[in-house]
Amino acid sequence: MSTTVQITVNGQPQRVNVPPMKRLLDVLREDLHLTGTKEGCGEGECGACAVLLNDELINSCLIPVLQANGARVCTIEGVATEGHLHPIQRCFLERGGAQCGICTPGMILATHHLLDTHPNPTLEEIQEGLAGNLCRCTGYMRIFEAVQRAAEEQHAL
Amino acid sequence: MLNDDSILGSSPVRKEGRAKVLGTARYIDDQSIPEMWHGTTVRSSIARGRIRAIHFAQEIDWTQFAIVRSSDIPGENAIIHLTKDHPCLADGEINHPEEPILLLAHPRKTALLAAVAGIRIDYDELPGIFTIEDSEAAVTNNDVDRIIWEGSEHGGTANCFKQYLMHSGVAKETEEGLAGAFETADFIVEGEYRTSAQEQLYIEPNGVIAECEKDDKGNVVGVCVRGSMQCPYYVVHALTVVFSLPEEKCRAIQTETGGAFGGKEDFPSVIGSHAALLAMKCGHPVKMIYDRAEDMAATTKRHPCRTRHRTAVSKDGKLLGAEIEVALDGGAYATLSPVVLSRATIHAPGPYRWPFVRVRAKAMATNHPPHGAFRGFGAPQSLFAMERHMDKIARVVGLAPEELRRRNFLQTGDRTATGQLLTEPVDMEHLLTRALRESHYHEKLARFAEENSHSPIKRGIGIATFMHGAGFTGSGERRLNSVVQIELLPDGRPQILVSSTEFGQGTNTILCQVAAQTLQIPYEAVTIAQPDTQIVPNSGPTVASRTAMIVGKLVERASAQLLETLRIGACLPGSHLPDQFFFAAKQYLAEHGSLRTSVRYEPMKPVDWDEELFHGDAYPTYAWAVYVAEVAVDLNTYSASVTRFDALQEVGKVMHPVLAKGQVEGGIAQGIGYALYEKCVWKDGRMMNNQMTNYIMPTSADLPEIHVHFEEVPSPHGPGGAKGIGELPMDGPAPAILNAIENAIGVSFNTIPLLPEDIFERLTGFTEPSRGGSEELDPDRVGEFLPEVNA
Repeated sequence: MSTTVQITVNGQPQRVNVPPMKRLLDVLREDLHLTGTKEGCGEGECGACAVLLNDELINSCLIPVLQANGARVCTIEGVATEGHLHPIQRCFLERGGAQCGICTPGMILATHHLLDTHPNPTLEEIQEGLAGNLCRCTGYMRIFEAVQRAAEEQHAL
Repeated sequence: MLNDDSILGSSPVRKEGRAKVLGTARYIDDQSIPEMWHGTTVRSSIARGRIRAIHFAQEIDWTQFAIVRSSDIPGENAIIHLTKDHPCLADGEINHPEEPILLLAHPRKTALLAAVAGIRIDYDELPGIFTIEDSEAAVTNNDVDRIIWEGSEHGGTANCFKQYLMHSGVAKETEEGLAGAFETADFIVEGEYRTSAQEQLYIEPNGVIAECEKDDKGNVVGVCVRGSMQCPYYVVHALTVVFSLPEEKCRAIQTETGGAFGGKEDFPSVIGSHAALLAMKCGHPVKMIYDRAEDMAATTKRHPCRTRHRTAVSKDGKLLGAEIEVALDGGAYATLSPVVLSRATIHAPGPYRWPFVRVRAKAMATNHPPHGAFRGFGAPQSLFAMERHMDKIARVVGLAPEELRRRNFLQTGDRTATGQLLTEPVDMEHLLTRALRESHYHEKLARFAEENSHSPIKRGIGIATFMHGAGFTGSGERRLNSVVQIELLPDGRPQILVSSTEFGQGTNTILCQVAAQTLQIPYEAVTIAQPDTQIVPNSGPTVASRTAMIVGKLVERASAQLLETLRIGACLPGSHLPDQFFFAAKQYLAEHGSLRTSVRYEPMKPVDWDEELFHGDAYPTYAWAVYVAEVAVDLNTYSASVTRFDALQEVGKVMHPVLAKGQVEGGIAQGIGYALYEKCVWKDGRMMNNQMTNYIMPTSADLPEIHVHFEEVPSPHGPGGAKGIGELPMDGPAPAILNAIENAIGVSFNTIPLLPEDIFERLTGFTEPSRGGSEELDPDRVGEFLPEVNA
């Protein structure tokens, strides 16, 4: 049984005809071919599937797509503009914030959300803000540095 | 030596980094092939026994599915690692939980779940063995029901995959020396130390897509597996056995890999063979992606280990002799256990000068899923024991832990416990002095002691000093015989051809740095080919801290050879600008059509290694390190946390400071997890907490400040003086942390992981101390495992 769901993904209105309980993660990856959003655990622990839903940071593996009906979704594909890296992406790239890269899309969206709500985060706020996104490679230190640098750059604008 | 504007030693952005931050990097689950089916595995629900019958639910139309049994395997039913004991699919006998029995494929992934549930398997169960001790007891008691392996399968003894006996010198003289050392020692210190299984927990689970090509008669003539993997040529080797095909008909392609840490060293041979068998059966490409629960329950983990030390020491703190016993739980099949055991054996005596040492080591069979490679590969286990034991010796002798170590460090010109002469500069004393200074060790030691007297939060500081051998053990690199090639692309840019894989650690980046440095062209101009065994030569597996040093050196040599060819064949001047290089390259291509240089590994000097006696040059070279952990133990909650970490290492030339720091910090985070958080809960051989919800790895909120320091002593073995770095940072954190906890609360814990409930139970005397503990709060409890005899 399928139903029509409308979502605005990265600024583009999308209509998909899918089972209402299909995970938002699978709709993004399979129906909209936005494979930048990753699955790491399927139970909301790792944050690899994190996206912004109406500007809130959510794990898309836990959201039945019907719940996103009429909502705005921002995925990693919507962060850069016309091939130009967002300052957060550039800072992750330059500061070693991405190693294997599988957690990176979710981590960048979590950073996006953190800097929206805390433009000038302390280290503790960064640690808390990213605590829902697991990274097995970096030990997080390069990520913290990337986030701090991105915050500084946003202030400089 | 390298100058200021050198590319090696700078930190350019990682080669594939842009795709990773944009989310456009294509991991295996992001890919599909037209007409592709999806595969899954039907696994055993018991640990040990025989399959009696398999029932297929009648309400499912099984004609819609491809079903693979062991009888469908065209070649041998074996996943080849070092031996062929490991079946590709269980054929009657079950030796561990989650053992693969059947494979299913269907066009729709969603159909698979119900299909697996629709298969019921009846078993005749046999008693399982789940600890090293039970495995040993079965042998001692000749309990035939509990002998999993007779021994002949592995060239060893019953229930044992491999044994090593290592002496620091000639066996007889060493034994006599040991007897004398224990005779004359002022102190004899014994201890038992245990480390548990650890899940690699790469965030991208294992996954592959396989294709199978058949001739007109339906015979398989070629297979191709692409996916998440460390060692494409290992997968090729496995496919040749399972399909009975020559190597050139088996192809493996590594796709972007979301973390590995050893967990994708041997396992892709299993999932790759399975997917290829399904592709053979259904006539379609088949994708197999494990979900997290399956990946955690069914794939390899770090070997649990028990290490026993008996040490003779003089009253001035000189180490006189050591008897060390290392035992690994290998799981149900040998897989890589013999080589993990080898590294555990060689690292067991630590970075110390031993007049006499004997190490006995063995890998025992149990009915756990096979344990496998994980960063450090045996060394974190045996070094945990050595470094905890050093603190115990220090306490017995009455020396500060750093002073005891200082009096016994290996130095340039010494011989290691395998008899290897240390010809390159080694200065552990300097590393120790600097690490203590960087971490404000003495100041903190004094401050914590004072503060602890009036606070429920007890703070402490501890050290670990250690080394890690870079490259394959002994003559391993000689055997690997790695090949590296560099070719010119049509536009004159060089492309590196290696089977060495990128999975986050920076292979692509550093190898391109090496080529750019050697060719005197910008880093951006060098590319590296996707590891596809049909295109790249076998530069060896991406393991053993060997890529930067061994493969890097080969890239340096291949680059130099390319340059030489252009100097002779295209008049490239002896000192050139990048434009001159590309001009000469295009000129050469116009004249000759193509240019590809190829180099093969050659040891710097003949390797003196005796595999039987385990004696000689164990590794080309070693990285050396001193780590300092600061902890806080909260006596209200009994939780211990790391509050600061200082890591000083000598890894030769640091090729890329940002990547190198990232490697060290990431390894320390895994080490902190190993020590304090990550516990595999087992029941009858099955991992019960096979979820990220209840297997706890450190989050961003759990980690302290990590201060990374390097000492750079260039080594002749690696490009520009580099040595191996990847595994080293996994070795030091756990013992440093447990040493710090002992400093904080005066209680010695010798088993990891150490969870709050373990601290609670010990401090409250809630349970009897576990066997192998040493000092207890209650001196009456000091028993047979603490015979610190004043000889």
